[in-house]
Amino acid sequence: MKTVLTINGQQVSLDIDTRVTLLDALRDHLGLYGSKKGCDHGQCGACTVIADGRRINSCLTLAAMHDGETIITVEGLAHGEALSALQQAFLGHDGMQCGYCTPGQLCSATAMLEEARAGRASQVTDDLTTPAPLSRAEITERMSGNLCRCGCYSGIVAAIEEVAAE
Amino acid sequence: MTIDYQIDDPENANLPHPNGHGPLGADMERRDGRDKVTGAARYAAEHAPDGLLHGVLKRASGMGTVCLTNVQEVEALAGVRLVLQDERMIRNAAQGTAGEAPVQGVDTADYIGQPVALVVADSSEIARDAANLLKVQSVGDDLPVLPKHGETDPDMQENSVTGKPQDAFDKAPVLVDATYTTPSLTSAAMEPHAAVAEWDGDRLTLYGSLQMLRYNRAELADCLGIEPDQVRLRAPFVGGGFGSKLGISADCVAAALAARALGRPVRVVQHRRQVFEVNTRRSETRQRIRLASHSDGRLTAIGHEGRVSNLPGEEFAEPLLQASYFNYAAPHRLLRSEMVRLNRPAAGSVRAPGAAVGVTAFEIAMDELAQKTDVDPVELRLRNLPDKEPGNGRPFSSHRLADCLTEGRDRFGWSDRAAQPRQRREGEWWIGTGMAAAVRVNLVMDAEARVRLTPEGRAVVETDMTDIGTGSYTILGQIAAEALGLTVADVDVTLGDTDLPPGSGSGGSVGAASTGTAVWLACAEIRRDIAARMGRKPEDLELEGGDVIVGNDRRPLMDLLSGETLSGHGKLAPGEALEKVRQATWGAVFAEVAVNDITGEARVRRMQGTFAIGRVLNQRTARSQAQGGMVWGLGLALTEAMVHDARDGHVVNRDLAEYNVPVHADVPYLDVCLLDDQDE
Repeated sequence: MKTVLTINGQQVSLDIDTRVTLLDALRDHLGLYGSKKGCDHGQCGACTVIADGRRINSCLTLAAMHDGETIITVEGLAHGEALSALQQAFLGHDGMQCGYCTPGQLCSATAMLEEARAGRASQVTDDLTTPAPLSRAEITERMSGNLCRCGCYSGIVAAIEEVAAE
Repeated sequence: MTIDYQIDDPENANLPHPNGHGPLGADMERRDGRDKVTGAARYAAEHAPDGLLHGVLKRASGMGTVCLTNVQEVEALAGVRLVLQDERMIRNAAQGTAGEAPVQGVDTADYIGQPVALVVADSSEIARDAANLLKVQSVGDDLPVLPKHGETDPDMQENSVTGKPQDAFDKAPVLVDATYTTPSLTSAAMEPHAAVAEWDGDRLTLYGSLQMLRYNRAELADCLGIEPDQVRLRAPFVGGGFGSKLGISADCVAAALAARALGRPVRVVQHRRQVFEVNTRRSETRQRIRLASHSDGRLTAIGHEGRVSNLPGEEFAEPLLQASYFNYAAPHRLLRSEMVRLNRPAAGSVRAPGAAVGVTAFEIAMDELAQKTDVDPVELRLRNLPDKEPGNGRPFSSHRLADCLTEGRDRFGWSDRAAQPRQRREGEWWIGTGMAAAVRVNLVMDAEARVRLTPEGRAVVETDMTDIGTGSYTILGQIAAEALGLTVADVDVTLGDTDLPPGSGSGGSVGAASTGTAVWLACAEIRRDIAARMGRKPEDLELEGGDVIVGNDRRPLMDLLSGETLSGHGKLAPGEALEKVRQATWGAVFAEVAVNDITGEARVRRMQGTFAIGRVLNQRTARSQAQGGMVWGLGLALTEAMVHDARDGHVVNRDLAEYNVPVHADVPYLDVCLLDDQDE
C-alpha cells in the first residue's frame, strides 16, 4: 500500500504490506533503527515517536494509518551536530545505561514537556483548573509508559527536570 | 609480546599511580552516550545484510514428543522459505561461561514454551503469520512442575557445618526461625535477544545480543559442529543483559542453521514473550533461616537452608548461600541447599545470582532478630561483623561494611526514625523505615586486551569485551588514557568483536576489574617500550598531556614514536589471591516507605545506598550501576514475580504488561554514596 510520510523533515514514499507497523516501517524499510522494538505490544515505550506532535507507541499502529503525517524520531531530535537540550541533559545526568530505552525516553520526554506547557493534566494533577507545575511526581507519572530495566530513572528524571526548569 | 599477569597475592601496588587529576575515577560522560541519544548505536537486530531473510521461533504449547503436523502446507505459503527443525537447535540458552553447547535437540519439549522450530520467510510479517499457522502437537506424560513433586538432585547439593549448630539452636537465649519463599524472577532486558547470521563459505559472522563473547563463540561453534575460529561474533551494543545473555541463545543457533541451509543471511528476533521462556530465569527459592543469639543480639549460630529448582540437564543452582559463609560472625554455622528438578523454563544467573534473594532473606531474618532483642537494626549488624572470614580464618581484602552502615545511617537520617511500627502517619498513609546490608562476592576472570599507540599519538583499545550498559567503553578508555598520559578523547575503544583479543565479557561484575586490568597491562607494555627507547626504566617514566617526562627531560610522545605504532597485549589470569583472601563488595541500603492503610499500596519515598565496591573508575557510570541495583531491589521487594501455572509450569505472565518491572512512578530519587575503597 502506498503511504507518504514526512519523517524528520524529509518526505518519504513507501509501498508496503498493510501489516507493517509504523515501527517496522521506520526500522526495516527506512533503516531508521533509532526507534527500538522492546516488546512490540505497547508495553515498554522503547518505540515512542512523535506523530503530528503527539507521542505514540509506533509498534501499536500501522504505517498506512499515518499517511500524510509528520513523524519525528530520535534521529530528528538534534539540529545537525547540535544536540537538543534533553539529549545533552541525558548525557550530563547519565540518563542511560544500555541505551535501548533511551530513544523512546527522549521522544516521550520531548513531547511530554510540550503537553505540560500546553497545560494538559495527568493522573496525579490535583487541580484541573490551573496549569500544574511540572513537579517530580508529575514527571514520573507522565513518563511511566517508558520502562528502563537498567534502572536509570534517577538520571532520566534529573535530566528532564533540568530542561523543564529552563 | 604480551604481558601476562596472574593475581597470586593481594594487589596493593595502587596501579596505575593516578596523579590525582587524571581521567581515572573522574565523573565523566559516557563515551558511547552520544550514539545512544541520537539513535546511532546499532544493536544486534539492526544489521541488515543484502538478501536478509526473517526467522520466527515457534514454541511448544505442551511437553513431550513434538510433531509438526503441517510443515508442507506452511512451506507452500507465498514468501515462506523454510520450516527448520534441526537436532542442533538448542532447548534453552547456555549457562554463563559454559563454553560448550547446552542441551540440543528440539523434537522433544522439556518445558512449555521451548522452541521447537524456526519459520523463515521473506519478511518478518510473513514469517510471523506462518509461524502462527504452524501446528505443533506434543505427546507425552506429565512431568513435575511443582517443587513438592520434583526429585532432589543428589549431585547438586551443598552442605557445610561448622561447630555444633543444632546444639546452639537448642540452647539459644534468643532464636529466630523463619522460612521465606521468593518467586521466579526474570532479567527482562529491554532489548529482546536477537541474531543476524551470515555465512561466507564455511565461516559464520553473527551479530548477537550477548554478554560474554569468548564463551559464546565456543558455545555456538560446538552447537553447529564447527571450529571456534570459523565463528565471528559481533556485539558492539547490547541492550541490557542481567544474566539472560550470558550464554548462547536459541535465536543465534537457529539463525546460523537457517542461514547455512538457505545460503542467505537470516535474522531471528525473539518475541518479548519468548524472552521470558527461552532464556534463563532466576529460580524460585524456599529458605529457612535460623539465627541464635545472646540477649544483646550477638550471634551464636547461623542456619541457612535453601531449596531451588532447575530443568533436568542444567548444571546451575542459584547460589543462595554464597554470602552466608562470611556475612556475619558466629561460632556455629549450618549451610545447606538442595535442588529439585522441575520442567519449568531453565534457571540461570539473573543479576546478582544468589545474593539478590539469599542476602535479602537473610537480612529480613536479621530484622526479626533486631525486633526480638530490641537492638537497633544497624547496631545489630555492627555487633556481628567478622574480622576474618568465619570458619577458615582467611583475611578480608577489605571489609567496609561497618563504614557503609554508619555512613548510610547518617546520610539517611536513621536516628530520626521511630523504632516501632505504626508510629508515623500522614493522612491515610503509614510511614516506615527499613534498612539492609548488601554483600556480594568479588571475582576476576581471564581477560586479554590489545592497545596500540599510533604515530599521531592516539591510543586504540581492542578487546571482545562487551558494554551492556555498564560503561565498558568509558572506563577502558579512561584506564588507557591514564596509563598513557592522554586525554580520553585521544583514545578509541573498539569492543564486541571476537576478531579482537578475548576480554572477560560482562557478567558477575568481573568486567571492569578483569578486562580493565588487561588494558592496563597492555599499556604497561607500551610504557616499557617507550622507556627502552629513552634508555630508562619504566618506573622512571611519567606520561602526561601527550608528553614523556623523565626527570627534567620532557618531550612529546609523537617525537619519540617517529612514525611507528607501538602495540601492547595484556593478559590477566585469576590466581591464588582469590584463595588467599576473601574478596567482597559491601553496601547498606536504607528506605522510607509509605503504606496505605486502606489499600495496602506501598510507595517507596526515599532510598539511600552507600557502597564500597573497590576503586571507582568513573563516578557517573558507577553511580548509575548502583542506582540500577537499588531499582532491582525495589522490584524484587514490591513489583516483580514470575508466575508459573500450577498445572503445567508455563510462565503465565510472560510480557511487560503482566510482569511488572519498576516504572518511573515507582522509583524515588536514589541517593548513592560510593566510599573510597582500595585494598591496603
